[in-house]
Amino acid sequence: MAEIFGDFVENLPKHAEYLIFGFSPNSISLQQRWRNNGLSADFLADYVKSFFISQPDFELQEEVKGAVSYIANELLENAMKFCEEEYGHPTSIQLHLYNENLVFLVRNSLNPERQQSFQDFIKTLDSEDLADLYIRQLELNALDEEHTHSGLGYLTMMQDYEAKLGWKFEVVKNKTTQESVPIVTTMVQLGIF
Amino acid sequence: MKIETPDYTIIYNEADASIMCTGSLRLNGTQEYAPILNLFNTAAEQKFPVLTIDLKELRFLNSSGINILSKFVISMRQQQDTIIRVIGSKAVPWQGKSLKNLQRLMTTLELNIE
Repeated sequence: MAEIFGDFVENLPKHAEYLIFGFSPNSISLQQRWRNNGLSADFLADYVKSFFISQPDFELQEEVKGAVSYIANELLENAMKFCEEEYGHPTSIQLHLYNENLVFLVRNSLNPERQQSFQDFIKTLDSEDLADLYIRQLELNALDEEHTHSGLGYLTMMQDYEAKLGWKFEVVKNKTTQESVPIVTTMVQLGIF
Repeated sequence: MKIETPDYTIIYNEADASIMCTGSLRLNGTQEYAPILNLFNTAAEQKFPVLTIDLKELRFLNSSGINILSKFVISMRQQQDTIIRVIGSKAVPWQGKSLKNLQRLMTTLELNIE
C-alpha cells in the first residue's frame, strides 16, 4: 500500500505539454550520470523558457528558467545518489507544464534501509518552522564532516523557490524478475505566475 | 591561487583580498568541494580586514555548493577580524533567492546584489 507525504497530487489534471526522461541505473558510471544531471536540467529549463517567448517580462522568463534548472538538477542529484542500482529499476523525471504552474515528478528506486530516515525527515518539514530548519541544517552540516547535508535541496526548494513538495512511497514488481522494488516518487509544484 | 575546469573557475587574488567564482558548480558533495573550500580557507588564514567573494558570474550553484559556502561563512564567524563581503548579480536568479540566507548565518556579512 502506497504512503503519501506532503503535497502530493495523485491524478494530475490532463494537459498538452509534458516531457519525460528516463535513465537506466547501470548504463554509465555515477560520474557520467552526474554530469548528465546538469545537461538534463538545463534542457528542461530551456524547454520551459521556449513556452514563455511571448511573455514580455524577460526577467520573469529568466527567473522561471533558473528555478527549473535548479529544481530539476536537485531532484536528479537526489535520485542518482539514492537509487538502489541493484534493482536495475530506471529513474525518470517528468515535467508537466500548466498555465500557472509546473509540476516535476521524479521516480527512483530506494534502499529500504533508508526509507525510515527519509520519511522522518519529511515529517519535520511539516512540523517545524522552515526558515529555522534550514539554518539548523546548515549549522549541523558545518559541524559534521561526515554529514551529507541530506534534505538541503528540498529545504532550498521550499524556502527559496516557494515550491510545494510531496512524496509517494510504494513497492512495485519488477516485470522481468518479479522482485519487489521499493520506489519513491518526489513531486515538486512550482508556481510561475 | 586558481582552480580552473571546463565548467567553473575559482580565483583567489591575494593582492585585493578577493575570491571570484565563475561558471557553473554542481559538484557531488563535500569531498568534491574540498579543493574549493581549501582555497577559501587559505584566503581566510590571511585575516584580511575585508574578504570579498565575487559571485556575479556564478550562473549555477547546487545545494552541495550552498552548503559549502555556508560552512565557510559559519567558520568565519569565529574570526572576528574579517568582514565577509559577498557580491552577487540581479541577472543571476538563484542569487537573489539564496544568498540572503548567508546573512542569517553571519549578521556582519555584507551582501551586495548589483
